[in-house]
Amino acid sequence: MPDSGAARTGLKNDRRLQMLEATIKQHQYSKDALLEILHTAQELYGYLDRDLLLHVSRQLRLPPSQVYGVATFYNLFKLKKPGTHVVTVCMGTACYVKGAEDIVSAVEREFNVIRGGTTGDGRLSLFVTRCIGACAMAPNAIVDGETVGKATVENVLKRVKAVLEAEMVEAR
Amino acid sequence: MSKPIELTIDGRKVVAEEGETILKAAKKNGIYVPTLCYLEGVSSFGGCRLCMVEIKGSPRLFASCITPVAEGMEVLTDSERLRRYRKWAVELLLAERPHVCSVCVANGSCELQQLATELGVDHLRVDREWTDYEVDLTHERFAYDPNRCILCTRCIRVCDEVEGVHTLDLMLRGKNSKVVFDLDENWGFSQSCTSCGKCSAACPVGALYVKGKPLSEVKKKDLVSFIMERRSGK
Ligand code: SF4
Ligand code: SF4
Ligand code: FES
Ligand code: FES
Repeated sequence: MPDSGAARTGLKNDRRLQMLEATIKQHQYSKDALLEILHTAQELYGYLDRDLLLHVSRQLRLPPSQVYGVATFYNLFKLKKPGTHVVTVCMGTACYVKGAEDIVSAVEREFNVIRGGTTGDGRLSLFVTRCIGACAMAPNAIVDGETVGKATVENVLKRVKAVLEAEMVEAR
Repeated sequence: MSKPIELTIDGRKVVAEEGETILKAAKKNGIYVPTLCYLEGVSSFGGCRLCMVEIKGSPRLFASCITPVAEGMEVLTDSERLRRYRKWAVELLLAERPHVCSVCVANGSCELQQLATELGVDHLRVDREWTDYEVDLTHERFAYDPNRCILCTRCIRVCDEVEGVHTLDLMLRGKNSKVVFDLDENWGFSQSCTSCGKCSAACPVGALYVKGKPLSEVKKKDLVSFIMERRSGK
């Protein structure tokens, strides 16, 4: 009988874990369901940290290295805690040709963050992705889930500043 | 018993078993085909493309370690064209990470180096990548230098299929791939590694090695097939 494994992997036995367990059970602990289960885990926790990956590997009886291999293979999965706000720039061919690189470097310079990373204060993460399927609007950026089509350095920086400032206002 | 298949390799008529690979059939008949990611005793990966051969009637080349024999097949294991492509394959592998043989632990007992010599690779036609991975010296007996890894996955297959613990796997993809222990742990802290040393024995280059031992003593290409033979009781 597979136990919850929570004690050993240091995951808190909370609602999120219960939901994750329900999904794993639904898939009958099947190794083939690894992708779906990682997906659910990320939706519940926001990102896949060590404890979570270890937990999934134990529950599915898969080697940790194999789970890690799959989790790092897909861009979709995040292994580090993202910042409060997230800007993702499409680096697919169409967007790249239309100057996505300029946008990425501008965000890096302006907010002192490197692609794939998060600012020191944890407020902003910058990611790059492959084609998001909106090439007609290239270049594309996504700021906190909202797509900015025909993006320019100016409007992306403006958008990012806006979400960062909105948060400041709320905090006050 | 599976039924015998007749084919010709380099003009020679040979008999193989159904389901057998071209490489196996060639080897059994003493015909040499260069290989790199192939390791006798574990599953085939078909990644390095050194073992490619020509098959009459098809314009494309086939990796012989993963292509099964077929009745009446006419195989060519050596030609001007094959040598040209194999040379490229070796050059690309050498260019992908900083392979500087003169300072490598595997100098003299490296399969990649041997193939380069065999194929007459004396310079690279593409720019080299100078990766800067940290060398993992945390294990008391073994060391791992990702900068010399050619991503052949021999270590991964041996650890999984022979030792049975699957400590190793590949993270990321393409040329950014890297062999990792568990969740990208340092080797010395791996929970699942049994320190059996089979991965070092199977590594064709100087990426996995035993500290303080000449690699000529560490590299045991036949170890795996020997173990598997013993296990099957043959
Ligand atoms: S020493 Fe053995 S168990 Fe450890 S990684 Fe190598 S093959 Fe696997
Ligand atoms: S460490 Fe050695 S055996 Fe493992 S993938 Fe790299 S080159 Fe191949
Ligand atoms: S390349 Fe960016 S949306 Fe297709
Ligand atoms: S030996 Fe066949 S592809 Fe590597």
